[in-house]
Amino acid sequence: MRKQLPALGSVAIVAAVLSVLPFVLSDYNVYLGAEVGVFFIAVLGLNILTGYTGQISIGHGAFMAIGAYVTAVMSRDHQTNLVLTMLVAFAACFVIGLLVGLPALRLSGVSLALATFALAVSVPQLPLQWSNYLGGSLGVQASSKPSSLLGISMPGVAALSNRWIYGVAWAASALLFGMAWLILRGRVGRAFRAVRDSEIAAVASGVELGLYKTLAFGISAAYAGVAGSLFVMASNGFAQSQDFLVVLSLQLLIGAAVAGLGSLWGILVGAAFVGLLPKISTSVPLVGSDNGRDIVYGLLVILVMLVLPGGFAGLLARLRSLTRDLNRESIPVKLR
Amino acid sequence: MTRFLSPLARVQPTVYLVVAGAVFLLVGSLASARFASLTVGGVGVGAAYGSLALALVLIYRATHVINFAQGELAMLTTYVAYQLIQWGLTYWEAFFATLAIAFVLGTAIHVTIIRPVQHRSVIGTVIVTVGLFILIDGIANWKWGGIAYAQLPSPFGFGSWDVGGVPIQHLYVGMFGIVLASVLLVWALFRFTKIGLGMRAAALRPAAASLAGVRVDAMLALGWGFAAVLGAVAALMYEPSQFSGLTPTLMQTALVYAFAAAVLGGLESPAGALVGGLAIGVFLNMLAGYAPQLVSLEVPFAFAALLATLLIKPSGLFGHRQVQRV
Repeated sequence: MRKQLPALGSVAIVAAVLSVLPFVLSDYNVYLGAEVGVFFIAVLGLNILTGYTGQISIGHGAFMAIGAYVTAVMSRDHQTNLVLTMLVAFAACFVIGLLVGLPALRLSGVSLALATFALAVSVPQLPLQWSNYLGGSLGVQASSKPSSLLGISMPGVAALSNRWIYGVAWAASALLFGMAWLILRGRVGRAFRAVRDSEIAAVASGVELGLYKTLAFGISAAYAGVAGSLFVMASNGFAQSQDFLVVLSLQLLIGAAVAGLGSLWGILVGAAFVGLLPKISTSVPLVGSDNGRDIVYGLLVILVMLVLPGGFAGLLARLRSLTRDLNRESIPVKLR
Repeated sequence: MTRFLSPLARVQPTVYLVVAGAVFLLVGSLASARFASLTVGGVGVGAAYGSLALALVLIYRATHVINFAQGELAMLTTYVAYQLIQWGLTYWEAFFATLAIAFVLGTAIHVTIIRPVQHRSVIGTVIVTVGLFILIDGIANWKWGGIAYAQLPSPFGFGSWDVGGVPIQHLYVGMFGIVLASVLLVWALFRFTKIGLGMRAAALRPAAASLAGVRVDAMLALGWGFAAVLGAVAALMYEPSQFSGLTPTLMQTALVYAFAAAVLGGLESPAGALVGGLAIGVFLNMLAGYAPQLVSLEVPFAFAALLATLLIKPSGLFGHRQVQRV
């Protein structure tokens, strides 16, 4: 426990800052903060799969889309409480993730990247095909009845205001972060890392390869599903397939890379990178409005991978080893 | 029974499959004019997919990664051709100038951003190509995205021949011809020249090749250059067949089909990539022709083909099986 103290301390500080922020920032910035919270969950989930288990996925935007449509459709058809839809999105994406993870058992490296990429391209097409039920290109709007949206009430905060979304998103983030930490520090986490470092060695040590690979896929997809569910709430209750195109999946992977694969301590930075950069870089000189985002994005990602392959967490670890206070647990292990 | 079949069994079963497919298309084309024209269109577009798939295969063989930016790179070079034509070059001048530029671009990309990461991890390299994807997309949108409707002139015009009542468009025949010619050139380069030999050696056994005096890094960079050229040919031929004209998203779905084609043919096999591209092209064109209500599902169908191949026969139609039991 004593060894964990610095980690717990920094988590407490970050949590304190995050809970003060909505009372200090302007309304728009609170909204941006909520978006960062959404990406936090998705990047965290992806990191469990790619960073800890070594299974690349370029398709997590697809799971976000599934979570989003689950929430929107349930709210539209049954006026379901939004918290409940988050749980359903979690469960649904967990199951779908397991199913996707099954074929993924036979794939690795490049093939898995291709298969998940194809998933990311395919899923946003489905609402266009079944437009009667899934709203086509217009999307699905969650019920606008305030009673149903009051699923979570916070004293003095109007439902679906930016502060409300911020609160819900970060509460969910905290919960899921704690869950990820518990999963990863124990037996399951060790098995994940064993699979990542060497499948042969893992099997030889009695790790059930199929079980842990699919489990990682399921958990990771479930996280993305919750993120998608929150994404709907943050975008005025709309689930629209054009929000979940391939670019979103690429963004999540970039977020995980910037955060540092195989470590939990950089995820906030990775999420902020993905969530805030598009908004900040629109004012890049010369490049101008919308396209500036993509150019800066692309350049930064390549730079990070060239200069700082461990991402932000790797930087932290390097700083820490400079100060000779080596904490072995959080050094990201080199991936194959 | 087996002994009876034994002389035939020496021929690869995939060859039967390909021949059977070709015969099916031929018979269908003779029976129905609509089928024939759909086949011709599919073969034309499929050749472009095949060329892009071949670019992916070249890079996969050389560096064992998939270049996710391959399609975007091809799109960028198409805009380069568009710009050159705007500046007054004729189509074919612009065509060959663009191929040269693509070669330089591909080589430069390998030298500057791929080489430093390629030995580190597959995931890292894939992420770099993903960054490149977004970067190129941004550049194309910034430079040319504002143009309301950009289009390359079709080098073959939009006329058609009438073959026994079936309209055969010049465009598709030209596409197929150009792609086939460039693929044959690249194949000859690899097969008959010293540089080609060096590139094959560098891809197959880098350490041994380097001991034998092959400059492995230079060879890999050349491989990226030739891949970019094939991608450029694919995009230049593909663009006139698209109603939407030249847009920054031109090659995004084409890239998915090229992925499917490359996997279908076996990621290691150049011939497989081409056959896979043709198969995907014809299949999708038939789908669009006979079941237009399913048109939004074209990409998911390609995805299903990709996944099915990976699951049933991961080495694809033409690949070699690699045995590793875990």
